[in-house]
Amino acid sequence: MNAFFLKLAALFYLAGSLSYLAYVVFMSEKAVSAGRFSLLFGFGVHLVGFLMRYFEAGYTPITNLFESLSFFSLAVVGVFLVVERRYRLKVLGAFVSPIAFILILFTAFLPSEIQTIPPALQSYWLPIHATLLFVGDAIFAVAFAAGIIYLIQERQLKRKKLGPLMRRLPPLDVLDEINHRCLTFGFPLLTVGIITGAIWAEYAWGSYWSWDPKETWSLITWLLYAALLHGRLTVGWRGRKAAILAIVGFGAVLFTFLGVNLLLPGLHSYASFGR
Amino acid sequence: MKLVLVGLNHKTAPVEVREKFAFPESGMGLALAGVLERDSVKECAIVSTCNRVEIYAVVDDERKGVEEIKQFFAEYHGASLEDVDGYLYSYRGSEAIRHLFRVASSLDSMVLGEPQILGQVKDAYEYSLKFRSSGPNLKKLFPRAFQVAKRVRTETKVASSAVSVSYAAVELAKKIFSTLEDKTVMLIGAGEMSELAARHLLNAGAGKILVTNRTFERAVKLANEFEGTPIRFEEFISHLKYADIVISSTGAPRVIIERGDVERVIQERRNRPMFFIDMAVPRDIDPYANEIDNVYVYDIDDLQSVVEENIGERQKEARKAEEIVLEEVEKFQKYYREVSEIGPVIARLRGTFEEIRQAEVQKALSHLKGGDEKVVKVLEGLSRALMNKFLHAPTTALKRGGDDEHEYSLSEAVKKIFNLEEGEEEREKEKNRVER
Repeated sequence: MNAFFLKLAALFYLAGSLSYLAYVVFMSEKAVSAGRFSLLFGFGVHLVGFLMRYFEAGYTPITNLFESLSFFSLAVVGVFLVVERRYRLKVLGAFVSPIAFILILFTAFLPSEIQTIPPALQSYWLPIHATLLFVGDAIFAVAFAAGIIYLIQERQLKRKKLGPLMRRLPPLDVLDEINHRCLTFGFPLLTVGIITGAIWAEYAWGSYWSWDPKETWSLITWLLYAALLHGRLTVGWRGRKAAILAIVGFGAVLFTFLGVNLLLPGLHSYASFGR
Repeated sequence: MKLVLVGLNHKTAPVEVREKFAFPESGMGLALAGVLERDSVKECAIVSTCNRVEIYAVVDDERKGVEEIKQFFAEYHGASLEDVDGYLYSYRGSEAIRHLFRVASSLDSMVLGEPQILGQVKDAYEYSLKFRSSGPNLKKLFPRAFQVAKRVRTETKVASSAVSVSYAAVELAKKIFSTLEDKTVMLIGAGEMSELAARHLLNAGAGKILVTNRTFERAVKLANEFEGTPIRFEEFISHLKYADIVISSTGAPRVIIERGDVERVIQERRNRPMFFIDMAVPRDIDPYANEIDNVYVYDIDDLQSVVEENIGERQKEARKAEEIVLEEVEKFQKYYREVSEIGPVIARLRGTFEEIRQAEVQKALSHLKGGDEKVVKVLEGLSRALMNKFLHAPTTALKRGGDDEHEYSLSEAVKKIFNLEEGEEEREKEKNRVER
């Protein structure tokens, strides 16, 4: 049953993506409201599906790749809806909603049955650790999208070839502001997520840190965002540099999440493709 | 309605001719009265701007009306008809309506989409109201033209992007800064275009302005004008770090702001973006400063090419606008027929029947030798009910006729059948009323 809701949500996210793209192409305000409502409905349906699975399974359903992708997608849409409400950045939708759609689309290729989870995951740390990290990652996804838009807009302004796209893109400083805000919210979540993971690891595996690939890559991700935050606060990094780092940082996020799961075996590999 | 329009504009006449045939505001009452004096003219309005002079008139006879107005055009300005005829164009009927809609929507302007023309057409209408040269027809047509202009403005982007260099600078600034309110503008040197750009930036909300000039008195004077702060030219580099937007147009023979200066300043500003608008030739600002992160340098050619791009964009939008105008012309004509041609026919039809009814009721009452109140009531009720029932079908047919090809002949037929032709007398009355 929850799989049905997931599919419905996927359709809404697709509709949202297409509407926002239509906005960029045709500059129609109607497309924006269509996109916004699609995402809003999609988010609602998706949330219902998530809660149903939660009650059916009896644990927080963020335990394998299927569930993680689904939750990540849910978080991306949720964060985007908040950011869009705050900054009224319609163009952002054209970049963020496809991310959510692709994430949820992947779940279609994965086994969706509710499984008995390994004992290591049967802990109240699961919802805390996983939720914090995925919401943090979703915030970084928005920063990533803002970074891409920034680079496009900056390039147009520098080359002085304005083209029709430029008219619809938001001012540079708003994009930079989003970069900054995402960092100030995303980075603490990432940090606390990693710390709770370490504490849980101590309980479950008897060691705070065992350099398993996921841990290593989380650290790399953390260092990238730490560098960006540091640069912003001390030397006044902003604009292009910050945008590039947000893009690279999200690359690290994705690798930590998907690359490690699929390519590098380790303690976290219950979330790998096979399961 | 028989609408005609005679006029000239920037496409048909050079500026010397436009100047000569303009109607200054001071003489507008006289000019409008002059047009109304012509035999066939019933209503009129005059649009006179530096780019166009147009007389709109509702007439009895289109051909005659155009000739008379051309004649007026020449006579009023003390020229002969041959002198002016080559510059004049004329439109009739739906073409004239379309022309007015296009003018009001700024589709016929020299600078496509420029906003002043709508105000100027509104003024023309105000004058026609003030001097009572507009009647029921123009009072429907002009307000509709304003609505069309508004629709074009909201539904197309024909007026949305900057088509002057100084506005383009503001447009660009808004792509770098989301708000100008907490931003400081520095104006270096003086020049018409750079002062205009500064003025536009301030109007767009820019918070502060610093003014510098080689002659300090000039800087003080300009600063007073802009309510800004004057700065000595020798010191402006050290104040550069406070400026988010720099407009420069000095007569200096070589650059006055080097790339190195900008590099230093941007570091002091902790990379807060800077927008340099270089309006000087030769240039004041090292163009390579544009390569520094968070620094944007636009010279006059860059701004010019932005403007050209915007003009192209407007022309694309204008095609959409033309379609809106065509659609609106059709809508107006339909509406006009309903209220102005069908409406009066129905009113006259009812009026005639009402007269007959009352006469017949009187006749019947005299046969009944007065009769009491109740009888009067019954007779009134009966006759009225009969009249309404008889008239119901023809009235709805007339109204419905709006969509029909033959609708006009239908109302003509009703006029003939029921003998509703309006007398010469009545038409004369209408004209007098307008002239007053």
